[in-house]
Amino acid sequence: MSQFQEKTQITRIERLTENIVRITLDSPDIASIAKPGQFVMIRTGNGKDPLLRRPFSISQTSNSQHFQILFKVVGRGTSLLAHCREGEYLSVLGPLGNGFRINCKSRNCLVGGGMGIAPLLFLAKTMLRKCPNTPPLVVLGARNREELTSLVYDFAELGLSAHTATDDGSLGHHGLVTDVLKNLDLGTNCTSYVCGPHPMMAAVHLFCKDRNYGCQVSMETNMACGMGACLGCIVPVTKGGYGHACTDGPVFDAKELVWEVK
Amino acid sequence: MGSEITSADLRVSIGSLNLKNPVMTASGTFGYAREFEPYVNLHRLGAVVVKGISIEPRAGNPPPRIVETSCGMLNAIGLENVGVERFISEKMISLQGINVPVIVNILGDTLEEYREIAKRLADVDGISGIEVNISCPNVKKGGVAFGTVPNMAAAVTAAVKESSSVPVIVKLSPNVTDITEIACAVEEGGADAVSLINTLIGMAIDHRSRRPQLANVIGGLSGPAIKPVALRMVYQVAQAVSIPVIGVGGIETAEDILEFMLAGATAVQIGTANFVNPRASEEAVEGLAHYVAEQKLGSIREIIGGLILP
Repeated sequence: MSQFQEKTQITRIERLTENIVRITLDSPDIASIAKPGQFVMIRTGNGKDPLLRRPFSISQTSNSQHFQILFKVVGRGTSLLAHCREGEYLSVLGPLGNGFRINCKSRNCLVGGGMGIAPLLFLAKTMLRKCPNTPPLVVLGARNREELTSLVYDFAELGLSAHTATDDGSLGHHGLVTDVLKNLDLGTNCTSYVCGPHPMMAAVHLFCKDRNYGCQVSMETNMACGMGACLGCIVPVTKGGYGHACTDGPVFDAKELVWEVK
Repeated sequence: MGSEITSADLRVSIGSLNLKNPVMTASGTFGYAREFEPYVNLHRLGAVVVKGISIEPRAGNPPPRIVETSCGMLNAIGLENVGVERFISEKMISLQGINVPVIVNILGDTLEEYREIAKRLADVDGISGIEVNISCPNVKKGGVAFGTVPNMAAAVTAAVKESSSVPVIVKLSPNVTDITEIACAVEEGGADAVSLINTLIGMAIDHRSRRPQLANVIGGLSGPAIKPVALRMVYQVAQAVSIPVIGVGGIETAEDILEFMLAGATAVQIGTANFVNPRASEEAVEGLAHYVAEQKLGSIREIIGGLILP
C-alpha cells in the first residue's frame, strides 16, 4: 500500500460561498494513485494547537499532479485552512482508506448531501472514464441554493445534470434527496454511492434495501491518525463489534453497518 | 548525514534489554507497528511497544471515542484488541523479523488474567519485553485498581515477573496521590523498569448539547498538554527507585526527550505525536544523534539524570 507524508504546495484557494472553500494542492505522489472515496489527513498549522490532523476526502484530481479538497468552515482547524494563502505548504498524509467500488454493470446513482458531495465529483469523473456507456445519475442535496450552485456546476461540466433538493426549497425539490430518488427511474439493478450527513445516508440505505439495490456509503467520524493506530474512528458493524472508518472504510457496503434510524 | 552522527552512541539498557537508542513508541499509538512502515524505518527505533493485549478479544467502547482538546486529545478507546490468541497467530507472525525489539503491552481484570497472558506469551519468539498496563482509565474494573493500590501493584508485578523470561516494565498511572509510592511497590514486586505516565483522566463537554463529548463520559488526556506533569513525575520517580525509568507523556521531539532524560529517564516513549507525524519517532532518533555529535558527548547516557538544580 502506497502512502505518503509530504509537504504540498497550495496552488489555488477558492471561496465558493462565504464559508465553503476549495483548496488545490500540488502533490503528484498522492494525485497519481488516489482513488475516489479515499481521503487525506492534513495539518492545519505548525503549532501544537490544534494538535490533530483533519480528514478530508479527495474531491478531484487532475493530470496526476494536483488534487482538491472541499470543505465548510466549521471550527478552528477548517478556519485556519481557509485562511491559508496560495503558495504556502501543507503537511498531507495520504491517500488513505478504501474507495468506492465501481460497478459498471449496474445503473449507478451518486447521492450527496452538503460537503459529502466532495468525493462524488472524483467518483463521477472516474466512472465516466471506466463505464463510458452508463453515465451515473446524480442527486445532490444541501441547505440552500447558495451551497449547492457551484457544486452542481462541477457536475454539469462533466456533462452530468444533477437532480437537486434543498432544505429551504431555493433550488430543486423542497425536501430530502430520498424524495427525489423515489421519483427517478432507477430500474431493477442499481447501485447507490452515498456521502453526506448520517441521517441522509441511513435513509438512502433503507431506500436501497427495500428495492434490493446496492448501496455504498462513505462514513465520516472523529479520527486522530487516519492509518489504523488510534482506533478512534469506529462504526458499529452488523457482524458485531466495530469497523474502523480509516482502514476498513471510509466506504462501506451499507448492509455491513448498523444503522440507528431515529 | 555525517558519519559522526550515525556513529553517535545512543545505546541504553532497560534491565537486560539493550536498545540501540532510547526512543520507543507508546502502546496504543503505533498499532502493531507494520501500519507505520510506509513512513518509518522501523529498524532505526529503540523499540516498539504494541497495542495492549488481553486474554479475550475486546470490542472497546462505543463512539465517540476521541476528542481533541487544547494541545492534546482525550481518548476512551476501552482497550479494543484482538485478544492474546489472535495476537500470537496473526500480529506476532507479522512482527517476527521486524528487526526492532518488540515490547508487548498486556492488561487484565484479575491477577490471574495477568499471570495467564504472561505465561501464554512466554513461549512466543520475537518478544523482547513485557509492559504491564496497570493504569488504563477507560475500563470500568480491573486495570486501574492495580495501578492505584501499592500492594496490588506489587502483586500483579510479581505474578507477571514469575511467568516471564523477558524484562518486565510496569506502566504507571498518574491518577494517584503519590506516584513514587506505586513505583516503589512495583520495584519491590520485581519490575525491571517503570514507564510513566499513562494518560491523565479528563473530560470534555459540549455546552450546546449539554452532553459529554465522549460516549464513555471520561477519558485519558494525552499530547503536549500533559508534558509538564509527566516530566515532574519522571523526576520524582527517578529519585525514588533504582530501576530504569521510561518517560512518557507529550513527547514529540529530540528536545523533549533530552528534557525527560535530564529529569532521570533512561528511555522514552513517543505516543500521541505518532498520530500527528508518523515519522516523529525516527526524526527524534536523528535529533538525538545530532545532539550527541554536536555536544561531543561520549554517549547519550551521560545526560541521564543530569539536571542542574538551582
